Amino acid sequence: MMLRLLTAILALVLGQAALPALAQNGPLRIVIDEGVIEPLPFAVPEFVAENAAAAEYAQNITRVIAADLEGTGLFREIPREAFLSTVTSFASPVQYADWKAINAQALITGAVSVDGSGRLSVKFRLYDVYSQAPLGDGLQFGGATGSWRRVAHKVADQVYSRITGEGGYFDSRVVFVAERGPKNERAKQLAIMDYDGANMQALTDANSIVIAPRFSPTGDRVLYTSYESGFPRIYLLDVASGQRRMLDDQPGTMTFAPRFAPDGRRVLFSLAQGGNTDLYELDLQSGRRSRLTDAPSIETAPSFSPDGSQIVFESDRSGTQQLYVMPANGGEPRRISFGQGRYGTPVWSPRGDYIAFTKQNQGRFHIGVMRTDGSEERLLTASFLDEGPTWAPNGRVIMFTRETAGAAGAPGLYTVDITGRNLRKVPYQGQGSDPSWSPLQP
Amino acid sequence: MTRITTSILLMTALAVSACSNADRFGSANGAGGAGGAYGANGSPSDPTSVAYFNQTIGDRVLFLVDQSTLSPDATVTLDGQANWMNQNTAYSATIEGHADEQGTREYNLALGARRANAVKEYLVSRGVSPNRLQTVTYGKERPIAICSEESCYAKNRRAVTVLAAGAGF
Repeated sequence: MMLRLLTAILALVLGQAALPALAQNGPLRIVIDEGVIEPLPFAVPEFVAENAAAAEYAQNITRVIAADLEGTGLFREIPREAFLSTVTSFASPVQYADWKAINAQALITGAVSVDGSGRLSVKFRLYDVYSQAPLGDGLQFGGATGSWRRVAHKVADQVYSRITGEGGYFDSRVVFVAERGPKNERAKQLAIMDYDGANMQALTDANSIVIAPRFSPTGDRVLYTSYESGFPRIYLLDVASGQRRMLDDQPGTMTFAPRFAPDGRRVLFSLAQGGNTDLYELDLQSGRRSRLTDAPSIETAPSFSPDGSQIVFESDRSGTQQLYVMPANGGEPRRISFGQGRYGTPVWSPRGDYIAFTKQNQGRFHIGVMRTDGSEERLLTASFLDEGPTWAPNGRVIMFTRETAGAAGAPGLYTVDITGRNLRKVPYQGQGSDPSWSPLQP
Repeated sequence: MTRITTSILLMTALAVSACSNADRFGSANGAGGAGGAYGANGSPSDPTSVAYFNQTIGDRVLFLVDQSTLSPDATVTLDGQANWMNQNTAYSATIEGHADEQGTREYNLALGARRANAVKEYLVSRGVSPNRLQTVTYGKERPIAICSEESCYAKNRRAVTVLAAGAGF
């Protein structure tokens, strides 16, 4: 009962109902109301190692689960020193009074074993301490020991989902541009990592400028722009094999800003020819290219709605960069951004409810969200240079690039939730830009 | 520990690499940087030399914020470039369009394409064959001045005409 209430509160915080409204006339305000909710206290005693080989995994998995939950800003871990009970067996009954006494509202218990063939098995249970009952059934996840972090993320996704009612996002990856060197000699290469910065791997070398990788809807392929040929051109890369191919090589043209259609078979992109940039669509199987816009203005940064019926993009046809939505099968674009300043890089939420964008106004950059008709615009961040939002798989968190000012300026990856709370730097140690968040992994 | 090792490996792999093209006589860093060395480009006092083109005529023109319109100063420079190219027909040129960092990455690519094309069209209007000219946009990827002030931005909003040996593309 109590946890049902908690669930309702968290759902409100995450959902639209708790979002602060913006005045529709006059300058738009920045709404960053960090810390408006009290994070939910949870206890996660170290998972029980059911055999000796599991000891280290049990410890590490427990830490990753706690870090995932704390990282949302919605949960607060109760330090182990405060515990009155220890959990020595997954099967032993929960001493609810001991957990209630330290104000733990959620309790996560688990056990880890590693079998002779090196296969890891993790089971867990989630308890609502105040109503003294499990929340959902116990679950078991398995995998190779090398994928222990993914198993931990899957447990945390379950906990997050059961308490918030939202989909999880921890078992996901991010493809981005790893950067190095001073501003005027930046070396860039594509890299991929877990959403929390772990397990980073390079996907390309650093010999050519690369820009804005974008995951396919299933996370197995990546579109990006590279200067490998001497000109910006769009490429398709298979993540598992590392194989890549150039998608469009018309002399006298440049291509960039690619993004997949929800069916994974078509690609939207920008093509510049004779100084003019318009939107095109490419069918990956047939190679057939069709032109979507034909205007003397700049049309770029296209993104499909998740049902594939509409495309949001940016255009300066009005004189400044603004956001437009048009039907995917052709038709007149409709302007949706009307605030002060310039709007770019729109990205449709995977849930279909919001469009995230970059806004530039009075020398500052913002990441913001608006309804798909342009209403309820809300700025989530403000800095010298924020740009390039990408959605978490659950559509409730946004990752973006923040570049610092000055000769020593450097880019980093940050996350913020759609209410503007919980701004955090992704704990990746190098410089990075242009993130693209994968869907939840299978 | 695994993660740290991976990070170090990636950082090692990220050695800075300038793009190099043996036939190219432009800027030293390959993307509109400071003028080239005297040796390969000849002397700036020799009117047939690449150094003369880069330094005496001027290899670049600058733009106002978010603009691709050529200023009166720019057209003077481009008249000089066109005359030089019309007299030195063994060269072709790649025109690089650049933007400052005050803009989104994609928009700046499109803006750089506009700027490069404005220069190309002007040179063509002054008699340079379009077959000798190609354009590329670098958006905000290759600034030459790195402060975050207008004094640097003004230098970065540029189109650079980079000469190469060869009569055309």
